[in-house]
Amino acid sequence: MGHVIVTNGGLGNGVSREQLLEVLQVFGTVEALLMPPSKPYAFVTYGTVQEAREAYNSLNGRELGTDCNTLPVTLYSNFVEKVLGEDIASPSLPSGLLVVEEFVSPTYEQKLLEFVDWSTDLTNKSTQKSLKHRRVKHYGYEFRYDNNNVDKDKPLPGGLPEICTEVLEKSIEKGYVKFRPDQLTINQYEPGQGIPPHIDTHSAFENGIICLSLGTETVMDFKDRSGHSVAVMLPRRSLLVMTDESRYLWSHGITPRKFDVVQSSETLKPGSISRDISDLTLNKRGTRTSFTFRKVRMTPCDCAYPEVCDSQIGDQCKESLPAVPTSEGDASKLECEYVHKVYNEIADHFSSTRHSPWPKVNEFLKALPDGALVADIGCGNGKYLGVNKDAFMLGCDRSKNLVDICGERKFEVFVCDALFVPLRSGVCDACISIAVIHHFSTQDRRLAAIKEIARLLRPGGKALLYIWAMEQEYHKVKSKYLKESKVTPEETQSHGTEMPTPTNSSHKSKDSNEMDARCFEPSTWVTKDPTVKLNHAKLSVHKNRTAFDSQDLLVPWHLKDGCKRDQKNDRLSCQPLAGSRALPTFHRYYHVFSEGELEKLCKNLSSIRIVHSYYDQGNWCVIIEKC
Amino acid sequence: MKLLTHNLLSSHVPGISRRFPLLLQATEVKVSKVDFNQEFISRMIPKVEWSALVEAATSIGHGDDLPKELSPEYESNTELLQKVHHVLLEVEVVEGALQCPESGREFPITKGIPNMLLNEDEV
Repeated sequence: MGHVIVTNGGLGNGVSREQLLEVLQVFGTVEALLMPPSKPYAFVTYGTVQEAREAYNSLNGRELGTDCNTLPVTLYSNFVEKVLGEDIASPSLPSGLLVVEEFVSPTYEQKLLEFVDWSTDLTNKSTQKSLKHRRVKHYGYEFRYDNNNVDKDKPLPGGLPEICTEVLEKSIEKGYVKFRPDQLTINQYEPGQGIPPHIDTHSAFENGIICLSLGTETVMDFKDRSGHSVAVMLPRRSLLVMTDESRYLWSHGITPRKFDVVQSSETLKPGSISRDISDLTLNKRGTRTSFTFRKVRMTPCDCAYPEVCDSQIGDQCKESLPAVPTSEGDASKLECEYVHKVYNEIADHFSSTRHSPWPKVNEFLKALPDGALVADIGCGNGKYLGVNKDAFMLGCDRSKNLVDICGERKFEVFVCDALFVPLRSGVCDACISIAVIHHFSTQDRRLAAIKEIARLLRPGGKALLYIWAMEQEYHKVKSKYLKESKVTPEETQSHGTEMPTPTNSSHKSKDSNEMDARCFEPSTWVTKDPTVKLNHAKLSVHKNRTAFDSQDLLVPWHLKDGCKRDQKNDRLSCQPLAGSRALPTFHRYYHVFSEGELEKLCKNLSSIRIVHSYYDQGNWCVIIEKC
Repeated sequence: MKLLTHNLLSSHVPGISRRFPLLLQATEVKVSKVDFNQEFISRMIPKVEWSALVEAATSIGHGDDLPKELSPEYESNTELLQKVHHVLLEVEVVEGALQCPESGREFPITKGIPNMLLNEDEV
């Protein structure tokens, strides 16, 4: 026997088993051809040394055209002493996974494909979107890629298309699913497109998710938590059934590529793809249309995998998350941990993201008469203190580190708590308090903060208050906070279970009209299942740039990469740091206001009247006047 | 901290009745030039507690030029307004302390910034 290595001729650089064999067989009987997946080489074994020598002599520098490459590849070869094969057993399928061959007939397949008309979206029964990597349509309920869930109280009119009835009934009859699915997502993948690995949100759907592959076959990758992965062939017209472990614990996804590595001997057989390198080859992808049917879950998930379950994750870290305070003592403790300490820690990074004043606050300040005395309660880095040069502006903040930044900018400032402002009563012609009152954790304290501002105003003096709104979409317009998401929808769909990671994004761009636009990147927490009422006393962690699912919440702040602690003054300063490691995520407490809440709160105080109230980019705002 | 700011500050220690003025102690004072705006100063004077300003300015050695009583015709007295401008806006306490007139509680001034935070057991 003789062995030759063929370099530049492997599955990894687009050479299929069939193409290579065609070339190799010219020199004699190929006993074995080993092609490791994603490697640009192959090993060929001939019956005799003579054959191997001939191959070696002729192969060096030989050009080969391939399907994958526009340019031909040049082969090189050399002798090797011996070749060792690997284990050839096919990995077992994830538990609960099933691939049913020929689930629909070719005729029915054709009808289903004809039903999906991507050219227009004439009916309001479905919603259609073009995602970065594929096209998608929804029926029954719209799947939302921002929170990886559906609006359970907003079913789409018309339900599932009539044409799917046969699929649904057969699936129930065969026992593949226990519930009749009521949500359908149709995806179309062109060659080269895919879907990032994800686990379907536990609280969103019942156990038992089925997926019909039409048009062409594909390879789907399943991965468990340890990273063990199994590639599964989904033949054309087959039905993929995911239940139990495969639905709840394993992620699944399709790698965006134009060729899949498949088994040469059983290219289109359902099931896992072995690692038998004497049998692997390439399979060219076509256009695949998938119909994924799911049953929307109306109760919290109670699966056996609480560590990856959004309904149950709260139970796990319940102890570490604070509760919505009920007493004055709890409230001030919560604010100390989750507001004061956090702002002190993030002061420099926070300040670097706060540049230009919001236009309407600017307008208010600029309209004040010359010589007006103005207090900014919760002035942060002082971005409003220099807006009106003809007024005397005084700033105060609870965070010493933020006030120090104002001091460096030569503003008149002092450190104090908004509930105890050390200024004479009635001395201010105007006050502003921008994005501050939502950090107080009880209604009494929020009212006390407004009352304190009212105390400072002279009769006829006005105050402008801005508070983050629960409603980040108002009159069908999304706030910048929601809109400025930097991720593509399907990226958010990779519903991760890792801890949040700090991000590298640049925050240098201009400031924007909502609280924290630049600083938020979606983290990959398992978002808390909003239907869980049991834990509602515990604060939930908000997923950045998504709609709020509760009024009391913790909002993550990811420190910019490169911020390090300044030992001298216990502050984090932002400087490039070589080889910087993962930075901590901070959580700030917020009580976001619902529509009318701010006005109602102000009406408790007889000393003030509301002059104007409005909504501005995700905030509720009022101008109050001292009577 | 400018003396105008001092004149607006008052003690916020709970449960006391005499809050103003805070007693001023200074270990470092600086004077920096600020453009004179007659109109601005005229408008600011009615908001100022005159005797407290004189007392504070005197306590840090900058009160010599100020009259004990403010004449009602101050608006037309440019010379006076310039003096007031100097004391209100140009004299700054960099290091020192503010003291509550009733409880005696002290609040430090560092790098020109008063830290008026109360401890949890004080509120």
